[in-house]
Amino acid sequence: MTGAAHWSDALWRRPGLLLALLLAPPALWLGIIYLGSLFALIAKSFFGIDQFTGMMTSDITLAQYGELLQPQNLDIYLRTITMALLVTAASILIAFPIAYYAARHARGRVKALFYLAVTLPLWSSYLVKVYAWKLLLAEEGIIGWVMDGLHLRWVLEAWLSLPIVGGNSLSVSYTGTFLVFVYAWLPFMILPLQAALERVPATLTEASADLGARPGQTFRTIIWPLALPGVVAGSIFTFSLTLGDYIIPQIIGTSARFIGSATYDYQLRANNEPLAAAFIVVPILVMVAFLVIARRKGAFDAI
Amino acid sequence: MRSDAAPFWLKAGAVAGLLFLHLPILLIFIYAFTTEDTTYRWPPPGLTLKWFAAAWERDDMWRALGLSVRVAGLSTLVALALGTLLAAAVARFRFFGRETVSLLVLLPIALPGVVTGIALRSAFGFADISFSYWTIVLGHATFCVVIVYNNAVARFRRMGNSLIEASMDLGATGWQTFRHVVLPNLGTALIAGGMLAFALSFDEVIVTIFTAGNDLDTLPIWMLEEMSRPRERPVTNVVAMVVFFVTLGPILGAYYLTRDADTVAGSGK
Repeated sequence: MTGAAHWSDALWRRPGLLLALLLAPPALWLGIIYLGSLFALIAKSFFGIDQFTGMMTSDITLAQYGELLQPQNLDIYLRTITMALLVTAASILIAFPIAYYAARHARGRVKALFYLAVTLPLWSSYLVKVYAWKLLLAEEGIIGWVMDGLHLRWVLEAWLSLPIVGGNSLSVSYTGTFLVFVYAWLPFMILPLQAALERVPATLTEASADLGARPGQTFRTIIWPLALPGVVAGSIFTFSLTLGDYIIPQIIGTSARFIGSATYDYQLRANNEPLAAAFIVVPILVMVAFLVIARRKGAFDAI
Repeated sequence: MRSDAAPFWLKAGAVAGLLFLHLPILLIFIYAFTTEDTTYRWPPPGLTLKWFAAAWERDDMWRALGLSVRVAGLSTLVALALGTLLAAAVARFRFFGRETVSLLVLLPIALPGVVTGIALRSAFGFADISFSYWTIVLGHATFCVVIVYNNAVARFRRMGNSLIEASMDLGATGWQTFRHVVLPNLGTALIAGGMLAFALSFDEVIVTIFTAGNDLDTLPIWMLEEMSRPRERPVTNVVAMVVFFVTLGPILGAYYLTRDADTVAGSGK
């Protein structure tokens, strides 16, 4: 027996030591670098700003949180959360037929094709996806051309003349921002939803039909409740990604700010770091609460 | 009466959804060949290959590409090491805080990306660390760990303990068991996780902007700057197209490597 064999056997015989060696590097990395950074961020949100120099001071104050209650900041929260809710709802709606078909009807090659067709856009470059929509939604771009071809230009014009959702063109309207969000996060909804639907036993829906339930009733009472953990898991992603994004609203949409873009502006443009920190602490709390509840409901089994 | 055929509206909904996911990307490819370089006019007035040559001659693009590859390479290595260790600990042991650790590893991707970015930036500020290649890697490795971890932990669970116990019972040393039993079983899951981590790091931009400082451009940051610039727009399309195909390789590779494992694990329904 070589020396190397001896130490490796010692590890297998002392599980505690092995566990400590396995766990220490990742726990230290995540604990110190990641959690440490989060604490630094939260600490910074309680720092003050010198009125004259604009420099950060280390007085402990709640001034930044008071600032959040200003109407223009409350507007940003309201706008972002409304957008996140709408994007999540639309994602569920579009994802459901895809996930349902892939989980319960597709077999063999078709199923593999569906899986690839969802995972490819999930992993492919985020910026490339956003850029594609900049091309798609441009005023002189393909949507207007298609609408002209179909003599439906007036539908587009009518939509754009609506308050709030409208604008000069799709690429500078909330509608545009909404479409790109849905497009970019949709795969994050499909995969957990499909995983949850895979686990609904076919015998249950058959029994429901045999006992006289109409398809709608079966959906409401059997499929939807069992798919819910998947919906929650997908919503964590669509919601969280919308809350924190600052690229999409900057490239496609109105100049109105979202939580992500406001944080970005305060941090990198206005250099008001404590306010940027306070701004983003609120979504952190929302998401952590969301995660804890989702975990209790078993949503993570579906990822 | 019961039939396995999907109703028409379900099929139509599924196909329409998939088209929605895939058609927009095609535009990037077409616009890479347009002769119009200031607007997004459709249909393109003419087709040309000159933007490929123009992209090839852009030194700033090559610098950004080089940096992105180096960042993604090192971040993937760090994530592979940390993710595998963590997966082994979580899959094979019951310990205090196990649940917390598996939630902690998820946080960097479950929380909005801007949180990770701004948090790391705050920590760098407090610790007086100036921005460099290393600060970018630090951020990327942190959110890549979970990708490797997810792949590895699934494989560990599927592997079970019996193979390892059999190997030890038959007289193999701990090292031999690791080398000849654990590693071969884990191999494809690790390669798949590593490739996905590379793809994720290669096109990450939200965290990177906060951890890169002002004078370091990764390829996505370069692309973002190009997008708001009216000159030579099709060059951005050429690069976007290349980025798309560069990330396609690892994604397809990861799929083929874990395909059999997944079908085995998922066939018990």
